[in-house]
Amino acid sequence: MVPLSYYLVLSAVLFACGVAGFLIKRNIITIFLSIELMLNGVNLSFVAFAAQLKSLDGHIFVFFVMVVAAAEAAVGLAIIIAVFRTRETLNVDRVNLLRL
Amino acid sequence: MLALILFFIFALLCVGGAINLLVQKHPINSALSLIVVMGSLALIYLLLGAEFVAAVQVIVYAGAVMVLFVFVIMLLNAGEEERLSHGSRVATMLGVPALIIGLGIAAAVVSHLTGLDRIAIGGPTVMNGENVFGNPQAVGHLLFREYLLPFEVTSILILVAIMGAVVLARREEE
Repeated sequence: MVPLSYYLVLSAVLFACGVAGFLIKRNIITIFLSIELMLNGVNLSFVAFAAQLKSLDGHIFVFFVMVVAAAEAAVGLAIIIAVFRTRETLNVDRVNLLRL
Repeated sequence: MLALILFFIFALLCVGGAINLLVQKHPINSALSLIVVMGSLALIYLLLGAEFVAAVQVIVYAGAVMVLFVFVIMLLNAGEEERLSHGSRVATMLGVPALIIGLGIAAAVVSHLTGLDRIAIGGPTVMNGENVFGNPQAVGHLLFREYLLPFEVTSILILVAIMGAVVLARREEE
C-alpha cells in the first residue's frame, strides 16, 4: 500500500516538468509535448483520488481528458504543419507575427 | 511493501523521463522520453487498480498520440532547436529545479496538512478472485449510463477535430 500523498507529489512533479518545458523550450513540437506531460500529471491525481474515494468517476474524467488530448494533438499538429509550410521553421522565436 | 517498491521504480522512471524531456535538444529524443513517462504511468495506474485507464493509456497515449507526434517530427524533418533569444542562464539553471522541487514540496505539505498522507491506497479491490474496481466492465457501465450524454458529445468533438485537422493541414491550391 502506497500513501496517497506519494501519488500527489509525483503528479505535481510531472506537472511542474511540463510547465518548465513549456517555458524554456523553443521548438514548437517540444512545447506541445510538454503540454501532454502536464495532462498526464493531472490524470495521475485523478486516478489516485478515484482509488482513495472508491469512486469510478475519476476514471471517466481521465477518459475524457484523453479524448480531448487526442483531439488537441490532431488539430495542434495540423496547425504546426501549416505554420511550417508558411514559415519554414519550427522555432517559436521566428514565428512572431500573426499575419503570413 | 511490494507495491511501494514498484511505485518507487516507476516513479523514478517517470521523473527521469520527464527531466530527460527537458534536457534533450532534439524533439525526437523528447518524444521518446515522453513515451517512457507514459508507459511507466500506465504501470502506476495498474498499481492503483485502474485497469481500463492503464490499457487506454498505452493504446491511445503511448500508441496513437505519440505515433502522430513522431510522424510529424519526421515529416517536418525537425532538427536540434536553435536559441535566438537568450534568457538568463542562471535563471534557467536555478528556476527550473526550484519550480519542480517547489511544487513537489507544496504537494507534500498540502497533503500532510489535510491528512491525506496517512491514507494508504492502491491494490485492486478483489472480489471472488476478480478485480471489481476499475475494470473495463465497471467503467463501461458508468460510461454508458450516467455519462452517456458527455460520451456522445465527445464523438462530435472528435468529428470536428478530424475535419479541422484535414482543413488546416491541406495544401492551398493556387
